[in-house]
Amino acid sequence: MIIRWRLAAAVCGLLVTLTGGLAPATASADGPAPAETSAETSKDAPKVDLVLDVSGSMRARDIDGQSRMSAAKQAFNEVLDAAPQEVQLGIRTLGAEYRGDDRKVGCKDTRALYPVGPVDRTEAKTAVATLAPTGWTPIGPALLKAADDLEGGDGARRIVLISDGEDTCQPLDPCEVAREIAAKGIHLTVDTLGLVPDAKTRTQLSCIAEATGGTYTSVQHKDELSGRVKQLVHRTVEPAVTPVPAKGADSCEGAPQLKAGLYTDRETFGEDRFYRVDVRPGQELRASVSIAADRAVHDDYGVQLRASTVRGREIVRGEATGDGRTDVISTGLRYPKADDGEAAEDADGEPLPETVCLRVSNAFSAPASVKTEPGLPVELSVDVVDGPDSGSDAAFLGLGHGWWFLISLTLIGLAAGVLWGWISRWRVTVWRTN
Amino acid sequence: MSAVRRLSAALLAGAALLGTAAAGQLALAGPAVAASASPSDAPSASASSTADPEDAPAPTEAGTSFRTATVIRPGQQATAQASTGDYLYWQFPADAGQGATVDATVELPDADARHGESTWQLDVYDGLRRRQACRYGMQTRTVAADASTVKLSCTLRTVRAGAEPWSNDPLPGAYYVRLTTLHTASADAGLPVEAAVTATTTDAGSAQDVDGSLAAPLVQGSAARPEPDGGWSSGWWSARWLWTAAGAVLAALAGIAGYRATAGRGRPSHLPPSA
Repeated sequence: MIIRWRLAAAVCGLLVTLTGGLAPATASADGPAPAETSAETSKDAPKVDLVLDVSGSMRARDIDGQSRMSAAKQAFNEVLDAAPQEVQLGIRTLGAEYRGDDRKVGCKDTRALYPVGPVDRTEAKTAVATLAPTGWTPIGPALLKAADDLEGGDGARRIVLISDGEDTCQPLDPCEVAREIAAKGIHLTVDTLGLVPDAKTRTQLSCIAEATGGTYTSVQHKDELSGRVKQLVHRTVEPAVTPVPAKGADSCEGAPQLKAGLYTDRETFGEDRFYRVDVRPGQELRASVSIAADRAVHDDYGVQLRASTVRGREIVRGEATGDGRTDVISTGLRYPKADDGEAAEDADGEPLPETVCLRVSNAFSAPASVKTEPGLPVELSVDVVDGPDSGSDAAFLGLGHGWWFLISLTLIGLAAGVLWGWISRWRVTVWRTN
Repeated sequence: MSAVRRLSAALLAGAALLGTAAAGQLALAGPAVAASASPSDAPSASASSTADPEDAPAPTEAGTSFRTATVIRPGQQATAQASTGDYLYWQFPADAGQGATVDATVELPDADARHGESTWQLDVYDGLRRRQACRYGMQTRTVAADASTVKLSCTLRTVRAGAEPWSNDPLPGAYYVRLTTLHTASADAGLPVEAAVTATTTDAGSAQDVDGSLAAPLVQGSAARPEPDGGWSSGWWSARWLWTAAGAVLAALAGIAGYRATAGRGRPSHLPPSA
């Protein structure tokens, strides 16, 4: 008897465990599939142009007792030794040749010391060794030329600017130049390093870095210089997704059709830009947008990404606000398109995709002195994946949980058992009396 | 005989109940266990197709944007050399049912090189670059000019398996960490700092799946007090009671049926046990 009911209990338990055990397997099979987006990293070689200030002030001996120039030379040697093979490295100087006082001539003094390409270490080092601190500080023109040096190819491009003084060739503001360069070419950043910088140099170099999404470093010691430049060169080699330029329209009608991918655009203060994405029933649209504050902007700002139908009905929006110093402000949205079988079908019986309009708007503002053109850099990431499973309940597969659940189940089971017992007792009584 | 029957039926029902409960726990723990076994396969594979991510050393560089954020494994301390003012980005995976905590420590430059106090901030964004709220933890901290380190922390809400598109609830996926200085003396910009970031994920447990209820409805700031017919729901009634009751009855009946099927007629009850 006892053995028998034990067996029955075991069978019962086994059954329950089996059905329960199957649950996670099916759940994980239905779960989100690994994203197969076209996260394309560029195949072209990354390019770095090192731009070195060789103006007269580089003679100052205030870096660990050495002159700034010799510290820079030593750092360059170390960087050339440590540069990864795949990176194409070039060296450009500014203020290296003209000793005179003619500002016009002095402000054109920039030269490609070593052209951007595969590095011959000995050659490059020899070229660096010949440098002697000389002339003016034409940062703006040097940046323009450096951008030309990096022309061509689809790889990451980086300018590393090492300077110890502010630009002496106004009115061409190097900060504006940097922003123009960044707006022209995709994926070009300018990182700046200030050698024992004063306040003006610091402001200017920070501004250049900010305008291109680069970084600014203040260098007080020799090893900091080589360490940082090496780090920047290595960063260029890191695989990164290259965004594709897109130009949003000012209304949904003329908006460009986007597929899954990463896009860049520019949007000026308070401007709206529209894009279109096709979503089939049963698919989910995922979009996120980042707007970079690449210039001095007021402290409170926001961004909104809105998905609406072609006819203008809002579906869902993502919004973000922020305050204080920032590189980007970003938000995102999801739109799972229900597969209810009501979508119109094309000739092959395939359901027609719905066109969703994405509107990107920003609430940045800036002091009147700040130029609004070119617009702020926009990065838009679009993905279309399989839609979510329709969850019937918040709980996992509708399963219960907690002590109240167990107690109520037990009590109800007990009540059912008691009822069953009464019924069988009643049946026995009826049978006996008959 | 009937006493034995009754007892065994009750035991069977109990066993079935316990079995269900245990299986439920198993099912709930299932995906989480699977996730912790391979915490960062997908993201790290896409970022750097190197060997087994379990063996990968802790990253010593940070990304500079969402696009280039460095992948870190939960529990791993990532470090980075940076300049004051840099925006440092990392990303880590968090799965449904997990709670994540991000801790960051910044080693500041020497006090004699600095000129004023500085404010540091740690932000966490989800895979769609939506800023995520911190349940607790000091996300922003201002330190004096002579402080040597800043410690920041952010504990996220429990990651849910699904959420409505209109909500901002944390969902399974990549989480971005951004560490930067919000404010610093201008003379301190660009000075070298060292940052260390750790993201730890813990299984929050299935209790976190259940939504709570408000003690009072959201009504304020107006003279009128709207109320639905029959008043606000007390929150104790749910259709789950019916489901649970039906499940219990079915479990009891199935237990009895199973018992009857396997027990047969049994040993005659009038025989003594030793016979």
